[in-house]
Amino acid sequence: MSRTDVLVTVDWAQENLGQPGIVFVEVDEDTSAYDGGHLEGAVKLDWKKDLQDPLRRDYLDKTAFEALLSARGIGNDDTVVLYGGNNNWFAAYAYWYFKIYGHSDVKLMDGGRKKWELDGRPLSKDEVDRPATQYVASEPDLSIRAFRDEVVAAIGSKNLVDVRSPDEFSGKILAPAHLPQEQSQRAGHVPTAINIPWSKAANEDGTFKSDEQLAALYGEQGFDDSRETIAYCRIGERSSHTWFVLSELLGKKNVKNYDGSWVEYGSLVGVPIEK
Amino acid sequence: MCGAPKQGGGLAGIDLSTQTVIQGSVWHDGAPVAGAYVRLLDSTDEFTAEVVTSPEGEFRFFAAPGEWKVRSLASVGKGERVVSAEVGLNETTVVVE
Repeated sequence: MSRTDVLVTVDWAQENLGQPGIVFVEVDEDTSAYDGGHLEGAVKLDWKKDLQDPLRRDYLDKTAFEALLSARGIGNDDTVVLYGGNNNWFAAYAYWYFKIYGHSDVKLMDGGRKKWELDGRPLSKDEVDRPATQYVASEPDLSIRAFRDEVVAAIGSKNLVDVRSPDEFSGKILAPAHLPQEQSQRAGHVPTAINIPWSKAANEDGTFKSDEQLAALYGEQGFDDSRETIAYCRIGERSSHTWFVLSELLGKKNVKNYDGSWVEYGSLVGVPIEK
Repeated sequence: MCGAPKQGGGLAGIDLSTQTVIQGSVWHDGAPVAGAYVRLLDSTDEFTAEVVTSPEGEFRFFAAPGEWKVRSLASVGKGERVVSAEVGLNETTVVVE
């Protein structure tokens, strides 16, 4: 696995719009951005409405995921190129999700919507309608997903990477600062976690830093290559960004994303917390 | 959740006795800039949040009391302002050039 297998540049994307066998997918929590203009031919996935189970706190089960991708006109053999706002947080979550369900060829567009917009590249408001497919997903690959008990057991024995901002890590604030600070969970972090904010892995235009810069970053922050790794944030989307960096760009082994993240951990009764 | 909420608009429903709101607008050449990226950096210059300005060029953050930096990146340029925030409403204007 190398960078070119999992990332495409905005130049590549622009040259390949409309190519048969390549499906561009915009993933956001707030899809009003898509509605105001998107890459020509791109379909949208709404992080909350499309990708989360409507009742339980979980992602879609296999049958629902198959139905969703079939309805969007995404086939098993298609190359899926994901991009979105928020520096590709939700696109990275979707990447991890497509990997969970075994999609073979999935990539991120480096820099996402932000890089595309800052470059002044064209956006389309045309409705996109792709013919339905018969998508077949694999059984979920849980080797890349961590659950709460595993996180508690990992204290002191695995790399626990808290990718939130330093002020969330220290408990000064409970959510990224574009959101009201009214949350029910306790503030702080999992004991022994190291704080390597997701943003350190990205340039200001939303593109990923170079492999050399990324390798140096995690090395300097005390990441131990001999240990297994669990990344977490608040709801699992920023940690998907870091999971992508560690697993897909740097090729580190045994890296899991804890999508329950702080919203779950900080609400558990009796688990240890550090501040 | 983590998606950026709609920027601008009234303060109804926001408790200014507990929230530390940093808000304002992005300007360039005497006009507000819609669709500019605005990030909030903490006192160590580390990223805390990012939003995209409204059609009127507005942004809003929910922070905590202390020193913050508001930095904007738009297709027309860059700009930043330091804000010393307290509980309640803290307003600022960022000029990009």
